[in-house]
Amino acid sequence: MYYLHQIGAYFLMIQQVFSRMTKRKVLWKLIIKEVDDLITNSLGIVAFISFFIGAVVAIQTALNLTDPLIPKELIGFASRQSVILEFAPTFISVIMAGKVGSFITSSIGTMRVTEQIDALEVMGINALNYLVFPKIIALFMYPFVIAIAMFLGIFGAYVAAVYGGFVSSNEFMTGLREEFIPFHLVYSFIKTFIFSFLLATIPSFHGFYMKGGALEVGKASTTSFVWTTVVIIVVNYLVTQILLS
Amino acid sequence: MIEVKNLHKGFGGTEILKGISTSFDQGKTNLIIGTSGSGKTVFLKCLLGLYSPEEGSICYGNQEYETLSEDEKRDLRQQMGMVFQGSALFDSMTVTENVRFPLEMFTKQSNSEMDDRVNEILKRVNLEGADDKLPSQISGGMQKRVAIARAIVTNPKYLFCDEPNSGLDPKTAIVIDNLIKELTEEFNITTVINTHDMNSVMEIGEKIVFLKNGHLEWEGDKSQIFITDNEAVTDFVYSSNLFKKVREAQLKGL
Repeated sequence: MYYLHQIGAYFLMIQQVFSRMTKRKVLWKLIIKEVDDLITNSLGIVAFISFFIGAVVAIQTALNLTDPLIPKELIGFASRQSVILEFAPTFISVIMAGKVGSFITSSIGTMRVTEQIDALEVMGINALNYLVFPKIIALFMYPFVIAIAMFLGIFGAYVAAVYGGFVSSNEFMTGLREEFIPFHLVYSFIKTFIFSFLLATIPSFHGFYMKGGALEVGKASTTSFVWTTVVIIVVNYLVTQILLS
Repeated sequence: MIEVKNLHKGFGGTEILKGISTSFDQGKTNLIIGTSGSGKTVFLKCLLGLYSPEEGSICYGNQEYETLSEDEKRDLRQQMGMVFQGSALFDSMTVTENVRFPLEMFTKQSNSEMDDRVNEILKRVNLEGADDKLPSQISGGMQKRVAIARAIVTNPKYLFCDEPNSGLDPKTAIVIDNLIKELTEEFNITTVINTHDMNSVMEIGEKIVFLKNGHLEWEGDKSQIFITDNEAVTDFVYSSNLFKKVREAQLKGL
């Protein structure tokens, strides 16, 4: 019953976010600020993780290719498929649920605790639109982050595979191009787009409706990370089932 | 003027406000006092429209809040200024940006007009020179002044303050009290202050509403509160050692 209530409250929040819009001039400034906080400030960690995970995927594939009948090109092929289909969109989104999600929950939660949200509401401002809508728009840029993650993941795989002596550059590049299905990229970006909406709204929900003090802000951040991750994993399964099976 | 009639409000089956009827006059500093748990904050939040009453009505001038449409409620709220207990300044904005915020949200003023208005208000609350500082970089007293400046920058008709001098030293508290009183008279605002500080009552209490367990126990002005024979009020007023000794001295004819 509690979870049903929470799900209902979440959808009511979404409805509120898109009603009574804040002045366009003010919104524009907020969106720019959110792009900086949520997107630009995440690029470093995304680049770092992408490069090394791509490298590890390549090494793991290479080390498991013990049968001489399996061509070495498979390393490039497997790295590409892993990175494009799952690692970049899903794994990075889980990382972002921790980084961006906890930032959103704690910043909105702190505003709740320090009565800043009450201050907005007393002024007659739709606090949900003012706080959450710019985050949703800013996270429309999230697919660009995932594109960078894809590129760096494959680049990391190339560096580890070629310079680690597992495969020649030519073999890796041949495998990378082999049986490429463009729809896989479309599928990846569709789910990235859905994840971006979840990343903006679930942490906002936990921050906005939290009650209590500083300790509860911390608890809300943890809960928000857990729920954002759970929903991302479930949605990932559903989207994959719908689009790829 | 704000008129409250038979206001009831509760949470989870517990009645917090039990039929409060009173009025708050324009151009005066109206104080709501009472012990912790007496319902002061809930009453103030009902006045602000943050809580809907279960029964009764609140009229701002000739507008009854609960009968207004959402747009009318929003327009009315824009005529209200609020100074929160913890100031509630926006952390990520400078002093200037905090004060400018309501102007950007609700007016169509040009940038230079807004700058002029912000400078005028900051000067009025004696806060020149702190323009580019963040709330975390200024003292509690200065934060309160910024909160007051933000509350009055749009020339509101109603000003609400929730314990405006809590956490401040006695000297700064008097400065803040006097500032609120001066602004109330200068701009002819209906000011309602929620406090349990007897110094504020002495300093600025033109109309005092005393709440006890969600009831309106007593109302009057600061000259009457020290001579009333209402036991609850007397207990509250003379719970402070200082006032108790003053009272004892008065009774001894000293």
